[in-house]
Amino acid sequence: MDILNLNHLRKSFDGLEVIKDISLTVKEGEVLTIIGPSGSGKSTVLRCATMLETMDSGDLIYLGEYAAKDENGVSVYADKEKLHSMKGNFGLVFQNFNLFPHYSVLKNVMDAPVRVQKKSREEAKATAMALLEQMGLADKADNYPFQLSGGQQQRVSIARALAMKPKLLFFDEPTSALDPELTGEILKVIKDLAAKHMTMVIVTHEMSFARDVSDRIIFMDNGVIVEEGAPEKVFSSENARMKDFLRRFNEK
Amino acid sequence: MSFSTMLIQMGSGMTKSLLIFVLTLIFSMPLGMIVAFGRMSKNTVLRNIVKFYISVVRGTPLMLQLLVIFYGPFYLFKMNIGGFRFPAVIIGFSINYAAYFAEIYRSGIQSIPVGQYEAANVLGYSKQQTFMLIILPQMIKRILPAVTNEIITLVKDTSLAFAIAYQEMFTVGKQIAASQTSFLPFIIAGVFYYISNLVVAFVMEKAEDKLSYYR
Repeated sequence: MDILNLNHLRKSFDGLEVIKDISLTVKEGEVLTIIGPSGSGKSTVLRCATMLETMDSGDLIYLGEYAAKDENGVSVYADKEKLHSMKGNFGLVFQNFNLFPHYSVLKNVMDAPVRVQKKSREEAKATAMALLEQMGLADKADNYPFQLSGGQQQRVSIARALAMKPKLLFFDEPTSALDPELTGEILKVIKDLAAKHMTMVIVTHEMSFARDVSDRIIFMDNGVIVEEGAPEKVFSSENARMKDFLRRFNEK
Repeated sequence: MSFSTMLIQMGSGMTKSLLIFVLTLIFSMPLGMIVAFGRMSKNTVLRNIVKFYISVVRGTPLMLQLLVIFYGPFYLFKMNIGGFRFPAVIIGFSINYAAYFAEIYRSGIQSIPVGQYEAANVLGYSKQQTFMLIILPQMIKRILPAVTNEIITLVKDTSLAFAIAYQEMFTVGKQIAASQTSFLPFIIAGVFYYISNLVVAFVMEKAEDKLSYYR
């Protein structure tokens, strides 16, 4: 089953077209990774899919339902209530975590299920504690975000996203704000989720991780999809831009 | 006139000074929030009206504003302003302080990283929930030092009510000083303002401590 369909997405900022006709599909249980140089539009695709940005044109479809439908080259969004209910389909893990600093770790994870999904406090707390346990952070439940390392904060933010029981989890460069040693712990969490068949779309600069964890990889450059397919296929691509990107990447 | 008579006469003025202080805070702090929203509104007309209001209030003396508010109804409409002295003081102070609080609130709201709004948005919080639960608590923590400054200034500004002869403490004190050719009322007034502001500073420090559990 298709969790997400993004058809012919276009997006401009101040007249500069940063996404030029991108289409992608995410199937249930699939891990899709988007790679590409900075400024290629990877994050913008994610921000359009998570409705943080509005698309100029194209369709955005979750589980067969239209969040936005292209009408004569303009994306027309569904009404507010429908969009609100559709947000429950996905979660997003940010590069900078964006935890709520005035909430304890536990409250960060259980607040939205209580306030937004109207779950009972007991149920939300049980779910939150189980997730923190899974993230190895059960003993940090009463701490505040500033007392945690970057890697721990990112694990809390993953728990916060999972607490909403999303069908699809987006990651926007989840390790870019972390030291190399903390990067590993986050990548391991994502691999564990992949092993549990969590459907995920990951924007990352971690090439060997992308190769390991992905079912499919999309290589983007200048707002278009240049190469797409299984990791082996993409990494052994003969496409000049793809080869150039990988060569520059290996020089680092 | 004995020291104790002086104290008693100025004491009734102190109650009035405190009343100005308390009522001004009660009216101007919430009003400032409304003004801040107007100042940040996407509606250009509303935003510019509010900007004009703030610039006039900040660009002219509070003393002048009090005079205009008190005598304006008489000169403009020949209204009887007999019982209007106290309301004029409260209206003038509230309108004035709302403008300053509004700018403090705005600075606080705009200092919250956009990522906080985005995280709340993706989690499905409504706009109202996002503001009340996520933004407002963080904003309050950030603006407390600036608010403390403003409140301390207000304590001292209550003395400006003398401009329209409202019998608050400083007005009374000056009258006694003149009639008794005594320096003492000024000392009493000084001690009153100083102690009031010690209390303000103490309370606000406690409030800051209470919010220091996170960074």
